[in-house]
Amino acid sequence: MSAHPLLRVEGLRVALDIGPEVLSGVDLTLDPGEIVGLVGESGSGKTTLATALLGHARPGARITGGTVTVGDVEILGLRPRELRRVRGGLVGYVAQDPATALNPALRIGTQLAEMAAVHLRGREVTAEVGAALEAAGLPSDRAFLRRYPHQLSGGQQQRVLIALAFLPNPRLVVLDEPTTALDVTTQARVLASVREMCRDRGAAAVYVSHDLGVVRGLADRVAVMYAGRVVETAPLGALFSSVSPPGARHPYTRGLLAASPDVAVRGAPRPIPGHAPSVTARPPGCAFAPRCVAADALCRTETPGQVEAGPGHVVACHHPLSGAVVPSEAAVVQDVVGEPLLRARDVSFSYGSQRVLHEVSLDLREGAFHALVGESGSGKTTLARVLSGFGGNVTGDLSYAGEPLAVSGADRPAELRRRIQYVFQNPYRALNPRHTVAEILRTPIRHLFGVPGDEARRRALDALGRVALRPEIAGRRPGELSGGERQRVAVARALVCEPSVLICDEITSALDVSVQAAILELLTTLRRDGLTVLFVTHDLGVVRAVADEVSVMHRGRIVEHGRTDDVLDDPEAPYTRSLVTAARGAVRQTW
Amino acid sequence: MTLLPRDRQVRAGALLTVLVVLVAVLGPVAAPYAADELVGPAYGAPAPGAPLGYDYLGADVLSRVLLGGRSLVLTTVCAAVLALLAGATIGMLAAWTGRLADRAVLWCADVLLAFPHLVLVLLAVSMLGRSRPLVVATVAVTLLPGTVRLARSLTLGVMRQEYVEAARLLGYPRRRILFREILPNVTTPLLVHLGAMLTWSAGLIAAMSFLGYGVAAPAADWGLMVNENHGGLRIQPWAVLVPVALIALFALGVNTLAEGLGRTVARVEEER
Repeated sequence: MSAHPLLRVEGLRVALDIGPEVLSGVDLTLDPGEIVGLVGESGSGKTTLATALLGHARPGARITGGTVTVGDVEILGLRPRELRRVRGGLVGYVAQDPATALNPALRIGTQLAEMAAVHLRGREVTAEVGAALEAAGLPSDRAFLRRYPHQLSGGQQQRVLIALAFLPNPRLVVLDEPTTALDVTTQARVLASVREMCRDRGAAAVYVSHDLGVVRGLADRVAVMYAGRVVETAPLGALFSSVSPPGARHPYTRGLLAASPDVAVRGAPRPIPGHAPSVTARPPGCAFAPRCVAADALCRTETPGQVEAGPGHVVACHHPLSGAVVPSEAAVVQDVVGEPLLRARDVSFSYGSQRVLHEVSLDLREGAFHALVGESGSGKTTLARVLSGFGGNVTGDLSYAGEPLAVSGADRPAELRRRIQYVFQNPYRALNPRHTVAEILRTPIRHLFGVPGDEARRRALDALGRVALRPEIAGRRPGELSGGERQRVAVARALVCEPSVLICDEITSALDVSVQAAILELLTTLRRDGLTVLFVTHDLGVVRAVADEVSVMHRGRIVEHGRTDDVLDDPEAPYTRSLVTAARGAVRQTW
Repeated sequence: MTLLPRDRQVRAGALLTVLVVLVAVLGPVAAPYAADELVGPAYGAPAPGAPLGYDYLGADVLSRVLLGGRSLVLTTVCAAVLALLAGATIGMLAAWTGRLADRAVLWCADVLLAFPHLVLVLLAVSMLGRSRPLVVATVAVTLLPGTVRLARSLTLGVMRQEYVEAARLLGYPRRRILFREILPNVTTPLLVHLGAMLTWSAGLIAAMSFLGYGVAAPAADWGLMVNENHGGLRIQPWAVLVPVALIALFALGVNTLAEGLGRTVARVEEER
């Protein structure tokens, strides 16, 4: 830490207009050229902090105290006109979703020229635009500049945004989860261009992410946020060190580390008990105390101050822990010997004239935890939906336990509709917002088994218990539940059907890591009871953690399949190799 | 929901609506004279016993105001509710069935939309007579296309939701999916639309009375009163202003109420 930091945030407070604080006194410093990863789960206030660095608070919130100084400029004291010059010019910003951050009606070149015109002068513009695009790894010829945003891929759009942010040569760039919507291989390329641009232009960056793995591949230092406060700041090496003590000190940081699946490590990620408090219901004292193993009476009343834990390592905790984060037992994964229960033979699928599955074959063995991996557009969700009976323009054969299985769910016997259950990716759309949880669970029971009300209620409560939800949840509607709770209800809705096969379509991708860990733990428990699971995911870390077998999809074909360890340790197909390299690269590059 | 709504807009809208509806419904009980009783000079100014003066024939304006709301409010509400029920059913079924039925329904709705509402209603009334059920039905028909289109697009949106897909996958009966999964998710915007329809329907029916195609004299009606007395607007304004104000307040009240309710529901859902 130098004596003249580039960014200094002191005592920053942001509150909602209706009262509660989103940020309660945040301190953060950044040296010139340094990249800090700002990590936290949803509701931690990380995006609020990111936008506050540009002097902005979203509608319904306002900045109520503290200072944000970049260089010699005190951002929060600026008048609107000065603030406009600082935004973009001194502090750049890259938004999370490139699809909505670029103006769809303007050509790429026009948007870049606009940014340049505001912050640069006359003749330099063309040269600067070209240089910025090249630095972001994009072509800079006229043909590219004449394109519209929708003519670019998601990764290219995101790199255009990065080029835009770096174009006026800002001293600080704030990046708000810029790779969350991207595939692993694309993500690796985008991260590489961020790193290069920071280095070449001497800019510092605040990189907001919910993903410790991404931050690990990019940042020099990590700041962990929880419930509106920075709970731990540490150099990257100190935080991730598993050999040299002290490692991560704050119980929450350690919980996050234990919950993050890692492609290199076998064993189920461990969930953090409880869930993060909402902005309106943060507990007094240390906000993490209710979920903390080390919490005592002091933690519940006194907010802990910042304690020096090492060089550049600060932790806000009364009882910091130390030592390596112990991975949980690795005995989850097993060799599956069962017969194929659900089989697909030469299955093709088309949307109109476009073919998205090309003669795919898949064997799902009885009792297996089978992962189906691929990037977006690889056809993994389509295959899962075909197996589940969504129907459509399908050719090829399906079979269940040796018997032929109809392609359309409507043509399957009720017994098979019940035995093969599908869980949707997005828990926010999968549950009817107008029904209570009890209704959501009772309806399939009554429909499939025709049992009377009392028995249906008993089975519904039983299913809630199996997914580790409290019985009080039964009276609530989905809108009153957190994302993780909703996804558990969705799993419970599948479980009440007493299925043999559970097809899970990216069911953890919309959830925080600690919640994902809890859902994965739930699934491994269920498969111990004999359930066969097909788990669709894009995350190789998750595959390594819980799957026995894996099939890798690329462009509508299965390019490789086998035991998880065999495939991930010694990938044969070139595509699998690039996936594994990208996933490991995000973790390893800095070591 | 509590008995007294907390939202200011809902409260104001409800107050206005209730006020006008009370005048319309309870008015006939309180009217001092009959509608066709001539009790003073034509266009007579307000006098003791006749606080709003006398109309073009010499009937008591207050009595005619109190008597003339019931038919307007009743016809308006019946027409709008009928349009809502029929439109929602047709729209939901069209969206659910899809293909040919959907196209046919859309085509009919567009043809209906192409006619000016007032012309359509006047045509029907002059050809088929001016019985109240017929007026209700024709006004409802003019309101139908918008409702069908709205219900159809809302249903299409909800049908794409995954909970509906899940219900189909589990093989629930069609009726259950339509009534239990889809209907509760389209009711809020449809209720807001009902408010707008009440406004249009009130305007249309008042216009018909004004043009002489609605309630026939000597019976009292707010729209008719405007027609009868507009010649004496400068000597006896009350005979026109009071019925006009009541029609306007009714439309305003209903619209404010519906919009406020829609906003409240939307906000409750957003906060969750």
